[in-house]
Amino acid sequence: MGKTIAEKILVSHMIEKAADVKAGDYILAKPDIILLNDVSGPVAVKQFRRITNKVADPDKVVIVIDHFSPPPNLDAASNNKLLREFAKEQGIKILFDIGEGIEHTLLPERGVVKPGSLVIGGDSHTTTYGAFNAFGSGFGATDIAVALALGYLWFRVPESIRFEFHGTRPPFVTGKDLILHVIHDIGVDGATYMSMEFGGEALNRFNIDEYMHMSNMAVEAGAKAGIFEPNEVIIEWAKSKYGSIFNSFVKADPDAKYVDIRKYDISTMEPMIAKPHSPGNVVPISEVGGVSVNQVYIGNCANGTPTDLRQAAAILKGRKIADNVRLIIVAATRNIYKQALKEGLIDIFIEAGAFVTHSTCGACAGLHMGLLADGEVAVSNINRNFRGRMGSAKAEIYLTNTYVAAAAAVAGKIVDPRKIADWSEVKNFVYGART
Amino acid sequence: MIIEGYIHVLGDDVDTDVIIPGRYLMITEPSEVAKHIFEGVEPDFVKRVRPGDVIVAGKNFGCGSSREQAPVGLKALGISAIIAKSFARIFFRNAVNIGLPIFIAPQVVDYVNSLLETANVIGSFIKTTDVKARIDVDTGIIYIGDKQFMTTSIPKFIQEIMRSGSLIEWAKERLRSKQIL
Repeated sequence: MGKTIAEKILVSHMIEKAADVKAGDYILAKPDIILLNDVSGPVAVKQFRRITNKVADPDKVVIVIDHFSPPPNLDAASNNKLLREFAKEQGIKILFDIGEGIEHTLLPERGVVKPGSLVIGGDSHTTTYGAFNAFGSGFGATDIAVALALGYLWFRVPESIRFEFHGTRPPFVTGKDLILHVIHDIGVDGATYMSMEFGGEALNRFNIDEYMHMSNMAVEAGAKAGIFEPNEVIIEWAKSKYGSIFNSFVKADPDAKYVDIRKYDISTMEPMIAKPHSPGNVVPISEVGGVSVNQVYIGNCANGTPTDLRQAAAILKGRKIADNVRLIIVAATRNIYKQALKEGLIDIFIEAGAFVTHSTCGACAGLHMGLLADGEVAVSNINRNFRGRMGSAKAEIYLTNTYVAAAAAVAGKIVDPRKIADWSEVKNFVYGART
Repeated sequence: MIIEGYIHVLGDDVDTDVIIPGRYLMITEPSEVAKHIFEGVEPDFVKRVRPGDVIVAGKNFGCGSSREQAPVGLKALGISAIIAKSFARIFFRNAVNIGLPIFIAPQVVDYVNSLLETANVIGSFIKTTDVKARIDVDTGIIYIGDKQFMTTSIPKFIQEIMRSGSLIEWAKERLRSKQIL
């Protein structure tokens, strides 16, 4: 019987090969990468020490200090220190310290994640690596501790739902809108325990940063992974990173078994908004108008990409943010920051009145660097608008694509970017000659 | 093992940000985490919990972030079990891994909700009741008053982890026996 991408990647990483493994089976598999960050990492290290004192395979371990980064208090500073000492003690060579980047954008950028990789991370948004045809999945600290100790972990091979996108790409519609549309369609538990598989020819008209928007939020539909099938965009990306010989792409078999296949014609889609307090509470932008905004927050583990920064700059260019609005922009990695400087994007942000920062998970996860007070409203291109996600449980968060977020900063309220910006200019600014 | 305690009722899609807000994630000590459980939505919840109490929730309990502080904090606060219509994947694993008993039992959730009109209830986001749950962990039978319910059986592989006590013990056994599989 045919296999899905998820089945193939998991089976190929099993510690002992077995015939006919399929969705629903429990297996033991060796990840290529075990990812720790400064939130779940210290808990994982604590649990690890209850099992053993030696990491099974230090070369598989990657540590990123990006959440409480730079540390806003002593507890966070001690946690960061604990991770640095753990890396040294265990011979873990890859530790990305403060300012290097936010984990899920950083690892592909540095060539750590490849198509076909099995990545387990102590972070729910590890699903982001699906954008690169890899199996990424989030785990709690104890699972990570066990993987550190044994070098392998238990997995339930997930069922898969296939999502196919067809049609032409409408103005101001990004990967964020596609995934919000899907979450609205299947619900916030519509893919629980399952793998979401993304395909269809329309995806060739989006870039790999926009694939990250989508895989990143697969977990917001409950999914274990959200994996893109290899296409020309991913093949091009892999070539640019690993050279022309790269060939570990994983494709589903034509007779692979899916729980469901859902097809979308995106031609008439508009920018989408998830209203408070659920990523599934989604409406088209034409149905939301005039909501006043206190803070706009742009940038996180999948939405502080070069594409997002260009999208923000395309709207902010030559404009000022509205009175009484704060705009915080996070470049997801140091290299992206550098690139944005070179392209003049940072100048545009500063001229517009933005607070521009280096990489940090910051207020996206309600940690520090811009929390919301009671009664405040935020518009953001991040992935979660749960009650209290960015600070006060009495604040409200609207999730949007980057154009809509930037437009809200300029207008001081939620507006349709199609009403304030010219698509052909924006398109040229963001995508240049590429589309 | 028998679990017995008063029931706190929650709705669908309770996320881990609501259970323990991000700004407390630098805390790793369970008893300290416990002080902030559900702080944003129900500030006096921590004072309403008595050791042994049980949470009854709707679908997709524990969705969102992978933070293990969510089940760890609930357990440290005194919550002895969670019964829900369904659990989000990472929360399910985390609860099993740290030894917090969880049960999938939609009919129990519906029945408990039907009692809310007549029960003594305080709270809004979390309804603390004077209804008691009694759970026989070994058989998976749940008693609400004189009503008896079966729960969805837990997969064999996960039972193996539960029998070890926690995933930590399971891993230790594997290292001891140097088993590859």
